[in-house]
This record gives sequence, C-alpha cells and structure tokens, in this order.
Amino acid sequence: MDILANLALGFSVALSPFTLFLAVCGCFLGTIIGALPGLGPSNGVAILIPITFTLGLDATSALVLMTAVYYGAMYGGRISSILLNIPGDEPALMTTLDGYPMAKQGRAGDALVLSGVASFVGALLATVGLMLLAPTLARVAFFFGPAEYFALYLLAFCTLGGMASNNQAKAALAACMGLGIAMIGVDSSSGLPRLTGGNLHLFDGIDFLVAIVGLFAIAEVFFFIESHGKGSSIGVKLDKVRIPWKDIMSTKWTMLRASGVGFVAGILPGAGASLGSFLAYMSEKSIAGEKGGFGTGVPKGVAAPEAGNNSAAGGALVPMLTLGVPGSGTTAVLLALLMTLNITPGPTLFTERADVVWGLIASLLIANFVLLLMNVPMVKIFVKILSVPAWVLLPGVTMISFVGIYSLSGSYFDLLLMVGFGVLGYVLRKLDVPTVPIILGILLGGKMEDALRRAMTLSDGDPTYLFSSPIAIGLWVAAIAGFVAPMFLRNILKKPQAVTD
Amino acid sequence: MASDRIFSLVCLITAVAYIAAATQIQTNPFSGEFLPKLFPLMIGGVAALCSLTIMFRPDPDPNWPPARTWGAMAVAVLVLCVYAVMITPLGFILPTAIAAGILSYQISPRVKPAILSGIGLSLGLFVLFKFALGLGNIVAYKVPTAAKLWDALTILIPFVGH
Repeated sequence: MDILANLALGFSVALSPFTLFLAVCGCFLGTIIGALPGLGPSNGVAILIPITFTLGLDATSALVLMTAVYYGAMYGGRISSILLNIPGDEPALMTTLDGYPMAKQGRAGDALVLSGVASFVGALLATVGLMLLAPTLARVAFFFGPAEYFALYLLAFCTLGGMASNNQAKAALAACMGLGIAMIGVDSSSGLPRLTGGNLHLFDGIDFLVAIVGLFAIAEVFFFIESHGKGSSIGVKLDKVRIPWKDIMSTKWTMLRASGVGFVAGILPGAGASLGSFLAYMSEKSIAGEKGGFGTGVPKGVAAPEAGNNSAAGGALVPMLTLGVPGSGTTAVLLALLMTLNITPGPTLFTERADVVWGLIASLLIANFVLLLMNVPMVKIFVKILSVPAWVLLPGVTMISFVGIYSLSGSYFDLLLMVGFGVLGYVLRKLDVPTVPIILGILLGGKMEDALRRAMTLSDGDPTYLFSSPIAIGLWVAAIAGFVAPMFLRNILKKPQAVTD
Repeated sequence: MASDRIFSLVCLITAVAYIAAATQIQTNPFSGEFLPKLFPLMIGGVAALCSLTIMFRPDPDPNWPPARTWGAMAVAVLVLCVYAVMITPLGFILPTAIAAGILSYQISPRVKPAILSGIGLSLGLFVLFKFALGLGNIVAYKVPTAAKLWDALTILIPFVGH
C-alpha cells in the first residue's frame, strides 16, 4: 500500500487549482505543438523550457506544465500523421502506415478518435507500470557504483546508436560530438579551463538548451526553406467526428498487447519510443497475418503503434527517473528540464524528493485524462490549427526560440551558437547522422566522465576495475550486443516505407 | 559517396585537433596529471575511428538542394546572425519584424504576406511576452546610438570584434 500513500502525496501536490489550470494549458499547447507539422515533441518542449524558466514558476508547477506539454505533443503528433501523412516525429511514422489510408477512405474522424483512445490506454498503462517498477528499480540503483554507471551510460549510447539509426558509425560519431562538446568549460575538479580556446564565453561550457533548440528548432527552418513550405496544406478533409465504439471494442486486445510491448521497449535505455511503436506495429501485423490487411487502413494498424508509442514514452521515464538515463529524444529533453530546475534524477530522487517524483506521476495521470476529454470533442479545433501556413509558423517559432535562449543569459554569444547548431543540425540530418545522440552526449557527458574519474581514482588507475562487478559486466555485454546486433538484424527487421500517394 | 567522404574527412581533422587540444589541457597537482585528459582523449579516439569507418564505407549521397536554395539558406543564416547581435542594442520589435519578414519570404517568396507576417509576428509576440507572460525586460525596445550599433556589428567580423 506504499504506492497508494505515495500517490496520495503526489495528488496532494499536483491537484491544486493552479496546477490543474497549468495542466490544462499545457495539454492544449502540447497538442497544438504536436499537431503542427515540423514541430515535434522534442523541439516543442525544448523551446518552452527557457521560457518556463524565466516565468519563475516553482519546480512542481514547471514540471506539471512541461509534462502536460510533453504528453500533449505525443497525442497531437497523430493528427498530422493521419490527416497529412506527415509524421511529426520519428515514432509517429508507424501511425501514418494505416492512419493515412484510413483517412483517405473517408474515416478520418474514426481514425483520430481511435488513435486518441489508443494513446490514452497506452499512456495510462505505462504510467501504472512506471509507478510499480520505478521504486523497485530505484532500490536496485543503489548498488550502482562508478563502474556500473559508466557502463550504463555506454549502454544508453550504444542502444541509441544501434536501434535508432541506419549507420552505427554515424550514430557513434554523433555521440562523440555531444560528449566532446560537454567537455568544454571549466573542469569541475581541477578548476582549470578545458578546450575553450581561450574564449571567455566558453568557460561556462555550452548550455544544452542552446544545442537542443538549435539542433531541433532552428534546423527545421532550413528544411522548410528547402521545401518552400510545401506539404503543409490539408491533405484529407475531416467531416463528422463520432465515437467509433465498434472499432474501439474490436481493438481492445491490440491496445493492451501493444502497450505491453511499447512499455518494455521504452524501458531499455536509449531505445525509446521509435522502437516501441515499431515493435508494437510489427507484432500486431504478424499476429493478424496476411488477412489482417495491415497497411491498407485497418483500425488495428492505427491503434497498435499509437498505444505502443505512448506507452514507450511512459516506459522511457523509468530509466530516466531512477538512473538518470533517458530512453528517447523527448525524454532527453525532459531530463534537460529537470536539470534546469536543479532536480537530479537518480535513485536518491525517490527518497529525497518524493514530492517531485510522485507529483510528476500524478500530473501524468491528470494530463492523460485531460487529454482524452480534450481530444475527442475538440479534435476539429486542432485540425483547424494545422492550416497555419509554414511562412508564418516557422518565423514565429524561430523568434520564440531566440527570445527563450536570450532570456537564459542575455548574451549574443548563445544566440550565435544556436544558429551554428541549427546549421549543423541541417547538415547532419541531410547526411543521415542522428542528432539525438548529440543531445544525450551533452546532457550526460559530465556525469559519464565523473563516473570514469571516480572509478579510476578508486582503483588507482586500474582499467579492469570497470569490469569488476557482475552488474557492470552485464551492462557491458548488453551495450556491445545492442550496438552490434542491429547490424545483422537490419535485413530481417526492415522498417516499412511510408505510404506515398 | 562524396558527401560522406568530405564529412568524414572534416570530422577526422576535428577529432585529431581535439586530441591535440586534449593533450594540452592544463592540470594541477590536485586533479592529477592524467585524469582531466583521459575522457577527452577517449572521445577523440572513438570519433577518429568512426570517421575512418564512414570514410571507407560511405552511404549514398543525399538529395542536396539546388544552388539557389543554398543561396536562400545562406541569406537566412546571415539574417539570423545579424538578428542575434542586433537584439541587444535595438530591442525586440524592429529587428524581429525585419528578420521574421525575411525568413517568411525565404520559405514562401511572396512580398506582401511576408511583410505582413513579419510585422504581425513582431507585434503579436511583443504583446504575448510583455503583457501575457510578463517578460518585458527581455523584449524591451531601445533607441540605439550609432556607436552601439557598430559595436554590435563588429562581433560578426572576425578579428575586429570582441
């Protein structure tokens, strides 16, 4: 009954009228951010972090607001996937496979409501899973020493590189870029500057928010300049919206199975939501067999990836909260938020800042119900927002990013750096180099080095100390397997191509 | 093929430079001679290895945009850089209207909507930030002097600015 008592504590934190108001605002804003093509959960949350910070909200309020935005963006992503065939982010790709054909058959409203319900089921089950699993994992995490933490960070980079990208070398290179950037600045233990090139602006290091907003939001502007904003008009008209009870009932087992698959995929550090929606879709496809008609617009093909995606997003919070290792791009951004609020995730978070953790979990549950209630009747309003033209939207997003980053330090240097990251992000994404490992590298670089240094100090410079415990060896094996195995599995587990008209 | 080769060469040179810079890291007796250098050296080594792998096994070339689009993007980068240094001496409204207008024109080349979206975004965001979110100190408008403007612009010129 520990959980119930903790949950009561969480709700007592998260259920004040003000935080409820913030949750509703966040859900609304998040759904819009997710629905707008070119603005996914990662860059949406990234742009809002500095602004929330400047507003001077306390830690709990800021956390409630941003998690509501995060969940809202996950919900909203499906609107542009289904109506426009444009996935807002990587995991939403799977929803386009059956969602867009279903919308073309004139069942856009059904597909939207069904995916909303599937998202709700996935997210709700994942939040329950998070409540059950996270405290247990937090207890295990107390056995982690510096050697284990070093191996764990390595595992995150390896699985991220192995599963989420097409070329291991490029993913590893991206991780090195992030880690390399994290080393810049004054060294915490010697107090001397490292790799700054004598530039005073770099003594503080490079703020991860500058990199996140640059790589995700500013880079998007260049993609829109390249495409001249094409493909942002309404593809499929939406007529009546009714609740398709029949489809919901017929897909209930699909949703439950997909939530389970997605949650497990989300827990793996570094694997994240893309893998969750992919595995959920593929497993349902093989259960349904040839007659299932996956890819032609069947309700199960819409429900499975949405439930998997949202449940993976919840599962990704387990390693993020207990070990401080995010499982996906968006959770990395959420970790950035926690670090901005001076909350350090890790096993001690559950004992020392129980109000924050359980407040977060309670606000996730609240956000879930708000989103379900908001999404079914208001889906038409969100669809209207899709018709905001790119030539207003993208300049607006850029200007908001500038104000946000400017509010961090009031220095032109951060702004120039952000533009530089934007250019870098464009070139890297063109070359098929994933940008999420860079963010993860900048976020985790300092901690990974700390773990290595402590391990070396404890063992007097003996490198075998890194492999000295069973947990560490297990993590090393998992890391190597996670990096190498996808090379051989790539031909078997081929990602389905997006539908084209 | 060629894009990946050039990219990996740039990365390799950067990685080698990074390793060279890492060996020069200052140390003091308290931090030890080796520890502050260890992790940067490891990162540089792995990065160099990855660059070599990409060089020998490059992916097919992506679809690069035509030269005109590159021009448009270069203009966009320049506008953003000038905007970045001008926001301090000029305040929010005027630079935002100009920068947003130009960006809008680069995405969809029609003059009138671009001007309108520039002015609309600038005033709309000003009202949003100042009155709704109370961030008036960030989006204040200022009357600049010529010297301050020149000071800001020199930041962008190598070896002249600070």
